Amino acid sequence: MDALDGNAIAGLLHNVFSSEMTTATGTCATCGSASVVGELMVYLQAPGTVVRCPVCGNIMMVFVRRKGMTCVDLTGLAHMAA
Amino acid sequence: MSSVSRGFRGRRRDVGGEEGRVPPGQYVTQDFPVLSAGPTPHTPHDQWSFSVEGAITPRTWTWEEFRSLPSETVTADIHCVTRWSKLDTVWEGVSLDTLLGQADRGGMFVMAHCDGGYTTNLPAQDVLGGQAWVAFGYGGQPLPPEHGGPARLLVPHLYFWKSAKWVRRLLLLDHDMPGFWETYGYHNYGDPWREQRYSGD
Amino acid sequence: MARAAVQRRLTWQLATVDAVTDETPRVRTLTVGVPGWPGHQAGQHLDIRLTAEDGYQAEREYSVASAPGEPVAITVERLDDGEVSPYLTQELQAGDEIEVRGPVGGYFVWRPEDGGPLLLIAGGSGIVPLRAMLRHRQQTGSTVPTRLIYSARTRQDVIYSAELMELQQGDGVDVVLTLTREQPPGWDGHTGRVDAELLRELAWPAGQDPLAYVCGPTAFAEAVSATLVGLGYPPQRVRIERFGGTGGP
Repeated sequence: MDALDGNAIAGLLHNVFSSEMTTATGTCATCGSASVVGELMVYLQAPGTVVRCPVCGNIMMVFVRRKGMTCVDLTGLAHMAA
Repeated sequence: MSSVSRGFRGRRRDVGGEEGRVPPGQYVTQDFPVLSAGPTPHTPHDQWSFSVEGAITPRTWTWEEFRSLPSETVTADIHCVTRWSKLDTVWEGVSLDTLLGQADRGGMFVMAHCDGGYTTNLPAQDVLGGQAWVAFGYGGQPLPPEHGGPARLLVPHLYFWKSAKWVRRLLLLDHDMPGFWETYGYHNYGDPWREQRYSGD
Repeated sequence: MARAAVQRRLTWQLATVDAVTDETPRVRTLTVGVPGWPGHQAGQHLDIRLTAEDGYQAEREYSVASAPGEPVAITVERLDDGEVSPYLTQELQAGDEIEVRGPVGGYFVWRPEDGGPLLLIAGGSGIVPLRAMLRHRQQTGSTVPTRLIYSARTRQDVIYSAELMELQQGDGVDVVLTLTREQPPGWDGHTGRVDAELLRELAWPAGQDPLAYVCGPTAFAEAVSATLVGLGYPPQRVRIERFGGTGGP
């Protein structure tokens, strides 16, 4: 399945971070690459939303909607700056 | 506080006249949706192997060795936690009874490890006794990469995230551990007939 | 970088469908009235949430099709195996209510001060956010040299066809159509995919420091953007938005 990009989850990200995030820069905790969030690889066709580093492919963020709450895992994200 | 959208039903209640065969909350699809949490691996057969390890005599099969094991044709209904079910899917695969052997695995657990890093956990009891396969064929053809080829786990009596794509290694454990989606709150066991989607269901 | 966005929690709001307009046999534009809409930029999105009587919900994100200041509109392509797009394109009528939240996004956005020359490349319904940019350019009297390359399967699949032809004639926008699957009799336009040959001919030379926006299915968007980078466009001057429809270019 083809990846989409961070633009496809602008609403989800805004809802989680209370701010527009697609223009923010996220740093991958695995390889250290900094990427604009709008350019991250996003997999939506799955039980949750998986966001990967476009450089090394490792997972940076995972979002799972469960009973009205969003479970957020940012352990693959070293840093995020607006 | 949501407002009902006039005339919106979603497609999930369309069970195509197969009520008794479709678990609660599922709809029947004719196509085969591709779900994926990452890029599709394309592991060539000559670089592919399958291993069992952990609390078992370790064993590794090359593709040729794996394909020379006795295989079975399996017809099964599959149920994805994202609410689609697909009926009468036809697979070809090697039974986990063949791969794990006949020893008593009562109380043990299996962690499936896949190309791309995906994992999922299952009770050993649920993958033995003709309930689970490592499938390499679908619909009479080699299993396509987007559906898990060269080979995927097939455990049709549980939600389909347990039927891990691109499986390469089964780790036998004497204790249970959550796999990828289980860590994020999906149900540890995942019985579609009891609608065990999330932990606590 | 200055933070442009105001910190604001997103909330779902009940919007009323004011008008439905069929663009092609598969594509419909919905104009919605959203009370308290804070305004949007060209290229931003909004989220739509549908709720069934038993509480089941489905959410999707769509590009806003209208320019800033215009009534909020989205343009939806019906995917035959879809859950939401058949409802939006076939069931929903003027006067119905849907829940929306937005606007969201800020990466795939064009403002007149971003300048150009502007190269807009659309595959299929990837035209939608680019149309918002074109309308915004026209509305603000921008004279930024602008070229649109729009890949569609057939002439009938071209969304906003009349509007684009008008822009072409009156407003100094080059509109280039390429029809990949089927061409009408007498078609003398382009017929192939948006490939290196086409882009060498039509893309602004990299030396003019062009700004490119590419929107389409993932494979289309990645192939086009890689080709532009190969032609010397700096990656940061090529903004990409991928979508997952099966519509195809």
